[in-house]
Amino acid sequence: MRFSFASLLRNAFSAHTGWPEQWRSPEPKAAYDVIIVGAGGHGLATAYYLAAEHGITNVAVVERGWLGGGNTGRNTTIIRSNYLWEESEALYDHALDLWQDLSQVLNYNVMYSPRGVMMLAHTVHDVQVSKRHVHANRLAGIQNEWLSPEEAKAFCPPLNISRDIRYPVMGAALQRKGGVARHDAVAWGYARAASALGVDIIQNCEVTAIRRGPDGAVTGIETTKGPIGAKKIGVVAAGHTSVVMGMAGLRMPLESYPLQALVSEPLKPVFPCVVMSNTIHAYISQSDKGDLVIGAGTDQYVSYSQTGGLHITTHTLDAICELFPMFRRVRMLRNWGGIVDVTPDRSPILAKTPVKGLFVNCGWGTGGFKATPGSGHVFAHTIARDEPHPKNAPFTLERFRDGRLIDEAAAAAVAH
Amino acid sequence: MLLITCPICGPRPEIEFRNMGEAHIARPTPEGTSDDDMAAFLYLRSNPKGLIAERWRHVHGCARFFNAVRHTVTDKFVTVYEVGAPKPDLAALAADLAADLAAREAGR
Amino acid sequence: MSQTFRRPEGGRIKRNKPVAFRFDGRALTGYEGDTLASALLANGVHLVGRSFKYHRPRGILTAGAEEPNALVTVSRDAARSTPNLRATQVEIYEGMTAESQNRWPSLAFDASAVNDLLSPIFVSGFYYKTFMWPAKFWTSVYEPRIRAAAGLGKAPELPDPDRYQSRFAHCDVLVIGAGPAGLAAALAAMESGARVILCDEQAEMGGSLLSDPDVTIEGQSGRQWSTDVIMALALSDRVTCLTRTTAFGYFADNFVALAERITDHMATPPASSPRERLWQVRAKQVVIATGALERPLVFPENDRPGILFADAARTYLNRYGVMAGRKTVVATACDSAYLAALDLHRAGVEVPAILDIRREGGALTAAARAAGIRVETGATVTGTRGRLRVASVEFGHVQADGSVRHDAVLPCDSLLMSGGWTPTLHMFSQSRGKLRYEEVTGRYLPGRSAEHERSAGACNGTMALGAVLDEGYAAGENAARAAGLATRGTKTFAVAGATTPDGQVLGALPHDRNPGRVKAFVDFQHDVTAKDIKLAVREGFRSIEHVKRYTTTGMATDQGKTSNMNALAIAAGALDKPIPAVGLTTFRMPYTPTTFGIFANTSRGDLFDPVRRTSTHDWAAAAGAEFENVGMWKRAWYFPRQGESMHAAVDRECRTVRAAVGIFDASTLGKIEVVGPDAAEFMHRIYVNPFLKLEVGRCRYGIMCRDDGFVYDDGVVGRIAADRFHVTTTTGGAPRVLSHMEDYLQTEWTDLKVWLTSTTEQWAVIAVQGPKAREAIAPLIEGIDLSKAAMPHMSVRMGTILGVPCRLFRMSFTGELGFEINVPAAYGKAIWEAVHARVVALGGCPYGTEAMHVLRAEKGYIIVGQDTDGTVTPDEAGVGWAVGKSKPDFVGKRGLARADLLKPGRTQLVGLATVDPKVVLEEGAQITPDADPAPRTHAIGHVTSAYHSAVLGRSIALAMVERGRSRLGETLHVPMPGGAIAVTVVDPVFYDKEGGRLDP
Repeated sequence: MRFSFASLLRNAFSAHTGWPEQWRSPEPKAAYDVIIVGAGGHGLATAYYLAAEHGITNVAVVERGWLGGGNTGRNTTIIRSNYLWEESEALYDHALDLWQDLSQVLNYNVMYSPRGVMMLAHTVHDVQVSKRHVHANRLAGIQNEWLSPEEAKAFCPPLNISRDIRYPVMGAALQRKGGVARHDAVAWGYARAASALGVDIIQNCEVTAIRRGPDGAVTGIETTKGPIGAKKIGVVAAGHTSVVMGMAGLRMPLESYPLQALVSEPLKPVFPCVVMSNTIHAYISQSDKGDLVIGAGTDQYVSYSQTGGLHITTHTLDAICELFPMFRRVRMLRNWGGIVDVTPDRSPILAKTPVKGLFVNCGWGTGGFKATPGSGHVFAHTIARDEPHPKNAPFTLERFRDGRLIDEAAAAAVAH
Repeated sequence: MLLITCPICGPRPEIEFRNMGEAHIARPTPEGTSDDDMAAFLYLRSNPKGLIAERWRHVHGCARFFNAVRHTVTDKFVTVYEVGAPKPDLAALAADLAADLAAREAGR
Repeated sequence: MSQTFRRPEGGRIKRNKPVAFRFDGRALTGYEGDTLASALLANGVHLVGRSFKYHRPRGILTAGAEEPNALVTVSRDAARSTPNLRATQVEIYEGMTAESQNRWPSLAFDASAVNDLLSPIFVSGFYYKTFMWPAKFWTSVYEPRIRAAAGLGKAPELPDPDRYQSRFAHCDVLVIGAGPAGLAAALAAMESGARVILCDEQAEMGGSLLSDPDVTIEGQSGRQWSTDVIMALALSDRVTCLTRTTAFGYFADNFVALAERITDHMATPPASSPRERLWQVRAKQVVIATGALERPLVFPENDRPGILFADAARTYLNRYGVMAGRKTVVATACDSAYLAALDLHRAGVEVPAILDIRREGGALTAAARAAGIRVETGATVTGTRGRLRVASVEFGHVQADGSVRHDAVLPCDSLLMSGGWTPTLHMFSQSRGKLRYEEVTGRYLPGRSAEHERSAGACNGTMALGAVLDEGYAAGENAARAAGLATRGTKTFAVAGATTPDGQVLGALPHDRNPGRVKAFVDFQHDVTAKDIKLAVREGFRSIEHVKRYTTTGMATDQGKTSNMNALAIAAGALDKPIPAVGLTTFRMPYTPTTFGIFANTSRGDLFDPVRRTSTHDWAAAAGAEFENVGMWKRAWYFPRQGESMHAAVDRECRTVRAAVGIFDASTLGKIEVVGPDAAEFMHRIYVNPFLKLEVGRCRYGIMCRDDGFVYDDGVVGRIAADRFHVTTTTGGAPRVLSHMEDYLQTEWTDLKVWLTSTTEQWAVIAVQGPKAREAIAPLIEGIDLSKAAMPHMSVRMGTILGVPCRLFRMSFTGELGFEINVPAAYGKAIWEAVHARVVALGGCPYGTEAMHVLRAEKGYIIVGQDTDGTVTPDEAGVGWAVGKSKPDFVGKRGLARADLLKPGRTQLVGLATVDPKVVLEEGAQITPDADPAPRTHAIGHVTSAYHSAVLGRSIALAMVERGRSRLGETLHVPMPGGAIAVTVVDPVFYDKEGGRLDP
């Protein structure tokens, strides 16, 4: 049933007893053309685009837990594309383009809200790095502009631009098309749309082995719901990628860290945009529901615990209260953790692997949500055509052998 | 905040330490090392869900490096040992943990 | 007089201390010891809030931290306004101002209550199905309206002037909760001599004993027993008792965070006192004694003001002397509600009926009947009426087939309900202990522990008071023993007059109404009904996490304390699965909402991050310097004279250095002393440069890579002795360079005998640069021959300056004759002042980091981190000459030989001269071959440094450009918003290419 105000009204008269399941929950078939491991936003988007754009509908998405329950449902939903390197710009801007009408395409209101993402600069070095981004982005046709502290405050009135604080705001880079979206709706929207096209989403189904043929090519997977055959497998398992790829004997350039986030109690609208400060580690926006949504940093050690240390949270709230001193009396409602898979160059891997038929989409680190539609779109292309889409062609595994890194972190590193 | 036992200083809070990544990754000599070997040294990590042998440095204490085995799901330390000591048998340690858990389940 | 619902006697309030306060502008009176909720109820005020979605009128539901409805904003002044506080936890003080929230224009007449009429449309998840057409309306129309309607209280508009503190603490036994189990546990731990911390979220310890008039413990009233135990604990110097202190987070290795609220209950807080304090407790052992929370019954219209939890009403009566109403119907599935009914009845409140859903009634059914109360068993509420307060209750009897036969309407002004008790598992679950489900009682209980803790009392499922006390004591004894203390064994408490609250029901109750039309609330704040949960299941949301997220049940500010178990049961029913198969949502910190300020505590202003200052900082500040932040350091940026702009000051400083001499504080550079018989070998391996043959007394500019081959840091290294090097690093790089060195030394080259010591803060470094540098320092230096022959460029000597031992480097980061004087930091200011006087006498001046940047850029000297960015090799940075190519190994050697690093076409450092010499490029600007690049043109490089050079009378810039060194003389373009700037590629050395000025 198509979602619309009319269908909502119609169902109101039947006490909403007429709504069908948003997605089917079938038992797995013996074999599929493609298996996607991981029903997060990226995996579901991949399945959707396989079906919608490549006509491959005999697809299973297998998920250890519940769909959208990993980083998709745990992140602070920041969407932007103002990355430094051309490879990243192209990939993330592709995603940003797809966000524009994603609600209409999926017939599911994902609440993409381009409220503007403002990234603060606190030191001369920050200013240099931010301006480098602004200039690079402009050349690449990506909207990103430099604001003075006063302009930054005009855009985000709660911001403290006093010169007397420890790290005064010296300016900001603003991407107006950046913003937020409703994370659950993204997962559910893709799940519903993919399911409608014939994709089987199989939850509570953990992969326990990857089966290979005599030629080394994949032939399927073993799961807690039995074996499932497929000649192509796309692993989109975020923090668990190393575990799944290990089943195929591959060691990955990844480490998985706890990443924490938190929300405040709901407040009347007080915060109009997204503000990020990489220097003092503060990431904040306000959800439609009214919560302040705040991202923290990662813990320092590899962990799959989905919890982190109090000092990480504390450090983040130090920064929030310094930049927005009126929020000191606001209260934390809930804190949680995810598991982020981080590559050495802080850029993702979207590629074929040395194992025939095995594809991997991982390494999104702390910022994968923004790329969800683009990631799924190009990964589906890669799986369907057995070759990468031009936009993900640089994001190979081989770059770590050759040294052709796409180092988004290095450019921001502080030295002098 | 974890409680970490430095082999020299004893138990101390995590903020005194820096995690220095996976242990027992040998640095190759330049001679005869392929690009693949180099990538393995620089970038490939086991990143296990389970026991990890990792390096820590008690940076705000004795400043020494040491190794530890920790479970990455519970974040519990199993053992700490000196740099240069052989890598513990992680499979055997995991089996011990599992047996211990089973005993506690049965005993409850 | 007001307080017409206050009993003439009873309760623990101080009747001799009346307290005046305001609620929504209305002047009211309560007593000291009242919560805002008890004081409002005393005045007959039930309507205190509006629900989140439908804006339904809501009253006070509970008497504690689990309150979902009664949220208020309490303001002391404009800056001290706190939204979303629970009236059930707020203690009133003289002059308090509280406001209801989420209503307009008033609480009684809320325009948004129209949402309630639209509730047939506004079901769970409706917003995912609409607001999509036309597409642009989402941002312009729909979302702004949704946002305006959402949210609860308003954030304060002014910075919070209050202070917060933090304290770290260690103890043998931490006891969380000071009800009967917690008190017994703390008593046992104290008796064993353990260091104990006992905390409780309420203003007064005692927990359920405070509102129970009937029980006796060891022959005393329960209240007296708890008073005595609390006194004994308070008098022990090994016990810390913390009231108004919520244990809100349980972290790895028994690390527990407590929030202590210190001044919020005071009319005039002392200026010296922080508002709240964060306790970070590392406990050897923990006893969790957090009790249990009552659950609502899910029947149609169970949300009207005047409907509250039975045990809450009992608490209001016995602890505060307040009656929830004059005519009170009681609906229950649990024996504890009978106690409320009996106490109210005894207090003169009319109790028209107890409606017990249980067919056989419970342990107190006969007693209630004996007291003259009508008890209907197998009976349930089928609806309620009343606009702003409940006015009547409809009830019926449940038939054998599960249907309900309507019976009667009972007029009333209040309705109590109890669905049984949910153990408070938050702390246990946060500690990552595993929960187990007890089928018979429909409860989750603590299972296998992950930390050194144990649960006791109601949170452990133990409900009978005697057993609670025994279990609490045993838990305290066990914890003390586990902490290594000798204990006296367990103890049994003699208890009389206690009733065990048996009986419970989960999920929605049956009724005789149209199921499509009624609203039986599960989550009160978020307006989630049983119907919503069934809808979510129907739409395919099968995991409890999905149900939660789709319906938002359990996501309100009470985080599902009153709703989760009912929601779970309803979902399980709809899925036809047992409850444990549906799962439980995760308990996360904090237990109750916790102030941001308590986390940030003293970390504000200068304490936000430590400020590192050099020994000349105060001198520079007095000299009018502007400072910049570099890492944690404050560095003098430039020294403007009266009325001088930054540009003018920097120009003057640069000219002065080139023409005469300048003095610069270089103390922030990292310094590491590398000592030992293998020091030279170590340096040889860790730097790309050769170091074995560096003579004692000579210096070398060192480049350090990581093993990936990219430039990591740089700095001048002096060989002080055969076994001793004085290493300098970049300002920001000092800690990581030391860590990098220690890493290789301790873990890779364990054969080397070398010791590393950070000496950054031991040396003050005074750079004296310019043609008159030698002249400036010569009179002050003793024991060093400064002549060109005796002390050539790039050498280091030991001597004294004004009698102070110094290491004198002859080196230059300006291209001029230069010295860097290293003296012990304690002498830094004195030596600086003496050298400064000489410099000024020679026509020189101090200069700051900006002039330093310009001067070095004129010479093409790189700054690692500005001209390099972690993707640049030594060769690309123009310092390839430093690499010891014949060395068999150094850190980075193999990395540099990787395929992509050997590829032609990588970027190289060059100089850029703008065609228009007045134009200064912007750092970070991109470089293209074309003046008018098409969209998405590939940039061939970027500007890394750009300044106006006063000496050259033109702008200069450094840039990283693809194949840059092969492009010398080429014209390239720097596209800017106002048009491209033409530049010529030049050698990066702009000034004194021959280097004659270095060594005049």
